[in-house]
Amino acid sequence: MKKTQRIDPLADLAPGSVCRIVSLELSGLLRRRILDLGIVPGTLIRCIRRGPSGDPTAYLVRETLIALRSEDAAQISVRTLLNGEECV
Amino acid sequence: MNLTAEQKRVLWEDRFGISLADGQIGIALAGNPNVGKSTIFNALTGLHQHTGNWPGKTVDNAQGAFLYEQKSFLLVDLPGTYSLLAHTVEEQIARDFLCFAYPDVTIVVLDATCLERNLNLALQVFEITPKVIVCLNLMDEAEKKRLMIDVPSLERELGVPVVATAARQGVGLTELKQKIVQVASGSLQTNPRQIVYSSEVEKAVKQLLPLVGSLANNTLPLRWLALRLLDGDRSFLESLSSYLGVDPCWEGLRCAQ
Amino acid sequence: MCAMTSPRSLSEVWSEAEVVRKSFPHSFSDQIVTDIYGNVEQITKQVLSKKESKRYIFDQRVDDVVTSKWFGYPLMLLLLVIVFWLTMTGANLPSRLLSSGLFAFQDQLTLWFQWIGAPAWVHGILVLGVYRTLAWVIAVMLPPMAIFFPLFTLLEDSGYLPRIAFNLDHIFKRSKACGKQSLTMCMGFGCNAAGVTSCRIIDSPRERLIAILTNNFVPCNGRFPTLIVISSIFIGGAFAAPYSGLVNALAITGLILLGIGATLLVSWLLSLTILKGEPSSLVLELPSYRRPQIGAVIYRSIIDRTLFVLRRAIIITAPAGALIWVLGNIHMGQESMIAYLAHYLNPFGQLFGLDGFIVMAFILGIAANEIVLPILLMSYLSTGYLQDFASLDALRTVLVSNGWTWLTAINVLLFTLFHWPCSTTLLTTNKETGSKKWVLLSFALPTLTGLTVCFLLTQGARFLGLV
Ligand SMILES: Nc1nc2c(ncn2[C@@H]2O[C@H](COP(=O)(O)OP(=O)(O)OP(=O)(O)O)[C@@H](O)[C@H]2O)c(=O)[nH]1
Ligand SMILES: [Mg+2]
Repeated sequence: MKKTQRIDPLADLAPGSVCRIVSLELSGLLRRRILDLGIVPGTLIRCIRRGPSGDPTAYLVRETLIALRSEDAAQISVRTLLNGEECV
Repeated sequence: MNLTAEQKRVLWEDRFGISLADGQIGIALAGNPNVGKSTIFNALTGLHQHTGNWPGKTVDNAQGAFLYEQKSFLLVDLPGTYSLLAHTVEEQIARDFLCFAYPDVTIVVLDATCLERNLNLALQVFEITPKVIVCLNLMDEAEKKRLMIDVPSLERELGVPVVATAARQGVGLTELKQKIVQVASGSLQTNPRQIVYSSEVEKAVKQLLPLVGSLANNTLPLRWLALRLLDGDRSFLESLSSYLGVDPCWEGLRCAQ
Repeated sequence: MCAMTSPRSLSEVWSEAEVVRKSFPHSFSDQIVTDIYGNVEQITKQVLSKKESKRYIFDQRVDDVVTSKWFGYPLMLLLLVIVFWLTMTGANLPSRLLSSGLFAFQDQLTLWFQWIGAPAWVHGILVLGVYRTLAWVIAVMLPPMAIFFPLFTLLEDSGYLPRIAFNLDHIFKRSKACGKQSLTMCMGFGCNAAGVTSCRIIDSPRERLIAILTNNFVPCNGRFPTLIVISSIFIGGAFAAPYSGLVNALAITGLILLGIGATLLVSWLLSLTILKGEPSSLVLELPSYRRPQIGAVIYRSIIDRTLFVLRRAIIITAPAGALIWVLGNIHMGQESMIAYLAHYLNPFGQLFGLDGFIVMAFILGIAANEIVLPILLMSYLSTGYLQDFASLDALRTVLVSNGWTWLTAINVLLFTLFHWPCSTTLLTTNKETGSKKWVLLSFALPTLTGLTVCFLLTQGARFLGLV
């Protein structure tokens, strides 16, 4: 499995691309909520679409579509996978 | 667990606003939001709880009774929750009922189309009570998405009965009722799969376990209690002391506050 | 004094746990959740297999339109207009049939009462008071509800509502609130008390309070009939038949938008003042679309919702109708009690382009918004001699002969949209917030908004000589 080594915030992910969660910098209840939804280090996540005005963004995680605001997604670090390497 | 029928009746009435009749078997309906709990509740009780295809439709407990094989059951429809580590008011209602009301049987409803996220809650429920039935709902939707779930092997993996249903169409509900009767009467033994944690976590639990032992009069599983304390979930601590405060066998805890 | 039956208290163990937690190499709770998901993945690996499916593509295609930059917002508006258009044009005929049937029966009832020789006041209270008011409520409320609720439930069951929240979140974020507030507003359309309870889905306590305090800015089902009737008479009625329905739908949609605008504005003002704070986060699940079972939805929404709301309306309206009849027939000197009260309130009402009867109807309407219009009509009629008001034309005559102008109509529409919550909603707010302070504020906010808007409009129109 080849990976690009770059680590980006989830918020920078373009719709259609897939990445793997590296770490969460969120705190408090939000961190907990995100973890509970199965967004834990190592999870694959696919950016699906942005809202009509560019925010929030919907992500596909473990077969469910979850919308997050960009401020929050910016605090989740991911490693982008090369196109077509893996599917969510 | 250690509660007498009368204590339990009072607890349900006072703390959860649910009136359990004499000899009635109390059943909790738990699950992630939007998995069809209220639909199942309506199908079993003939009541009309509101349902809707969005997470958060039910925000309060609802109760309804039904008869099956000459036994009376009281079903409690709970708000949906992603985990037992509650965040919102409505999730706290569900969490408190599952942890502190000691229902005779807990049904965990799973959305067959997103099994992983739903099993997360199921495994957490397995830690607090052995009397669990898993209801794999929305099987029709899973079929449409061509997701194949091997129900017998899921049953083996989980160690509790798994009933596949499509509640809106009424598929599988008779089997669900049969399993409820069997689990409630104890004629069907359950042995829910326990979460295996990584070694650091286990080590921490071992450290705390002896202290926790003196806290609980076997009302809650000690290991689970230790995990929650280690978790540092304040809202849980508040619920813990509030509920244990009303229970006479927890007298010693009142001093803590 | 309380005996220590256990050697360790909860707080002691809690602090002990804290020590262990702090000595943990990284975040303990992260590790727990990660471990659980590890277990979960082991299980799903054993039991789950996937095949290619077109279902996901279907969902994606729908979302491509429903949440798109170009169609997302117009589609929401269009749906709103369509729902109201269907509701109003569809309700027209059944409303007329119902009212002519029910009023024909009233004449029959009168004959019976005469036949058994009942005293006039018994006939007055029961037939002219209770029955006539009930007939009104049923004829006016039942058809629109029987159309609106199924339509709304279909939308709700399809999975569209969370998309509304998705589309609108950034606007709510600008008001420093939460996108899920739009879901609670959708619930408010059905009933504001239900809307207030549904605010539990909002995580942040500050944003939850904002949602509770502003829920009343969306009109509930008890207020729709008033909006529909007044708008049909004074706005739609001004246009020829094929257009009047559409004009009406647009007018109601406009009012709803005004309500949404007020919600956003007030949310923002609250965020700057007493509920100071920054927008927190949004975690919103967008479920897959599910095909609603149309037959079941129609059956359920008529049986559970429509008849439920109607029953509530009837229970409150019946005694109110009797009371109004009594007040209208007890005289204090020259005037009936009701006219006396109305005269007393009139100067206040005139300030806002309303009149004493209207103000009184709204005050009594605190019991339930459904009764505002019937009470208003009963009060007008109890002082006049008009008997037949089965059609909208007759109704128009009643209102105009009591001094209504277009300005009165618009003020009533606005005040219906912006005034105090009904008693059930106030009680629910008290239960949810646990504080009189917030109940008071939830009362004051829409009321002050309504009074301000009506005052400015009325004084402006009078100043410009428009009326
Ligand atoms: N296709 C299909 N739809 C179902 C099934 N069960 C429930 N639904 C639909 O799924 C949606 C959610 O059902 P609810 O019963 O409201 O779900 P819930 O678990 O009570 O949701 P919360 O109260 O939000 O936690 C509704 O629109 C139901 O009609 C099923 O077996 N198949
Ligand atoms: Mg529900």
